Amino acid sequence: MTAVASSEGIRAATGESPFRRFLRRFKQERGALVACGFLLLVAICAVAAPLLAPYDQDAQSLSDRLQNVSASHPLGTDDLGRDVLSRMLFASRVSLIAAIQATAIGVLLGVPVGLVAGYVRGWFDTLASRVADAIMAIPALLLALAIVGILEPNLTSAMIAIGVVYAPRLFRITRAAALSVREETYVEAARSLGTGTGRIILGHVLPNILSPLVVQISLSMGFAILFEASISFLGLGVQPPDASWGSMLGRSTRFFEGSPHLVVVPGVAILLTVLSFNIIGDGVRDSLGKETRNAE
Amino acid sequence: MSANEPLLAIEDLEISFATESGMLPVVRGLDLTVNSGEVVGLVGESGCGKSVTSLAIMGLIPNPPGRITRGRILFNGANLLDLRENDMRAVRGNQISMIFQEPMTSLDPAFKVGEQIASTVRHHLGFSKREAWDRAVEVLSLVGIPGARNRVNDYPHMFSGGMRQRVMIAIALACEPSLLIADEPTTALDVTIQAQVLDLLRELQQDLGMAVVFVTHDLGVVSEVCDRVVVMYAGQAVEWAPTRQLFARPEHPYTQGLLECLPAEHVGETLRPIPGTVPPPHQMPSGCFFHPRCRYSVPGTCDQHPIPSSEVGLDRGVRCVRSGQLDLHGID
Repeated sequence: MTAVASSEGIRAATGESPFRRFLRRFKQERGALVACGFLLLVAICAVAAPLLAPYDQDAQSLSDRLQNVSASHPLGTDDLGRDVLSRMLFASRVSLIAAIQATAIGVLLGVPVGLVAGYVRGWFDTLASRVADAIMAIPALLLALAIVGILEPNLTSAMIAIGVVYAPRLFRITRAAALSVREETYVEAARSLGTGTGRIILGHVLPNILSPLVVQISLSMGFAILFEASISFLGLGVQPPDASWGSMLGRSTRFFEGSPHLVVVPGVAILLTVLSFNIIGDGVRDSLGKETRNAE
Repeated sequence: MSANEPLLAIEDLEISFATESGMLPVVRGLDLTVNSGEVVGLVGESGCGKSVTSLAIMGLIPNPPGRITRGRILFNGANLLDLRENDMRAVRGNQISMIFQEPMTSLDPAFKVGEQIASTVRHHLGFSKREAWDRAVEVLSLVGIPGARNRVNDYPHMFSGGMRQRVMIAIALACEPSLLIADEPTTALDVTIQAQVLDLLRELQQDLGMAVVFVTHDLGVVSEVCDRVVVMYAGQAVEWAPTRQLFARPEHPYTQGLLECLPAEHVGETLRPIPGTVPPPHQMPSGCFFHPRCRYSVPGTCDQHPIPSSEVGLDRGVRCVRSGQLDLHGID
């Protein structure tokens, strides 16, 4: 009976599911929690933009153009006299949705291909890896601009472009992780139990590579926001009168000397949001068992 | 299947692997039969082809680089090598199961052990969720895990090595296979746990009446669990015999060498290891593959032509041209 008692004791000490353990550890990552709080705030702003915005985002008032920060316009006005706060709120919608769409496209392209390539190997792996290498050999911005150029310059094209640019990175991470998992004895054991390839990939490989994937997806959100800003800055993303943070930044550079707030406000928003996603990515990595040991 | 037909019959099996020097056979002309309810030991040093043989029975030889280049593997009279992948899947885990050497890594860390047992049962036997879960509890208690009803909800990291091997055995037995392949199931365990797991396997084997192919490098383990033994060297069966006869009166010098390496039988004496190692597949010596390491080898006799196997009794055979001339000693 002592054996039973002691095994029960060990159970009590370690008897939590991997997800619970992750939550417990993540709660101790202060930076990541602050970043989560900030992103939540941005998300609320985005969702409630019509309620929070003091002005119509597109209402022009040429007599009020390029005003500095004031009581009536908390973040000033732009070169067409539009309220910057209102535009920032609506732009956060565009930026966040853009990031989610782009990441989703990247995940849908990169992860399944990476899983199959890493687990099945063979010619498919060779082909997919070479395609990924080729995409990564082209400068990301140039490739994105080319894709947007081939499609038409709007936000959806920009998102597809960002997704395509990012997919090879997700592909590589997924493939590398799948490659190591496929050699695990439990995968061989699963095969010895008559489990089919598809079930092994979805049932054993995917769950065991989620940790690095989640980290990478969090990082890719930051990347997508930054990239959308770059493309919109160059005028190929969101089209006027709609705005994203990047397009607001791009438009305002001409007035930087007289109205620096036009640059600073969207710039800081992009900075903090991207930083938040990166900090969360780090926090997630540190809270997931394996990666902690590899960090530093 | 007729009454005297063996459950598993491997005939003239050759398995080759692609290497820099071309396709090289790692298992050559292997014959092996396993009757229902019988425990057969497959013994040899690292690299002798015993694990590859067990993977071949499961149809799990990694291809490329490996390929079965000759022979048949008959299971219940049907050649497993003719089965398509889908049909083979229905055999694996259901009629033939396997347990592995590494209990620490053989369980998927992402799932509760109950789920891992239940999913196999649902997959093969079409049980409902509830039935499968009950079955998981049932087999976990069968393999002697205390508090099985609670422990099905535990993750693999919450089990010790010996307990994990029990869980592996539970998964392997969940569908009541008629053949279990145990690939060094106790090698990674410490000695006391090893004895427990061996007892358990023997007990379950008798209760369930299943046949076991027991792959190991440890003749001590063989003497405890096996009815018959096949000794492999460099991809060939060099001697096969009922366990007792093999221990008492080995016919092949290699078998004698292995027996001399058993520490428990030679307390206080100096062990007599077999000099050298198994030759790599691309540098096989001519004649008997064992002759460079054999203290009885005779130039001109042992190193010229491939050695045929010969029957030396009921269920006994040996691959040595000098068998009969040698006075080899075994242990009691």
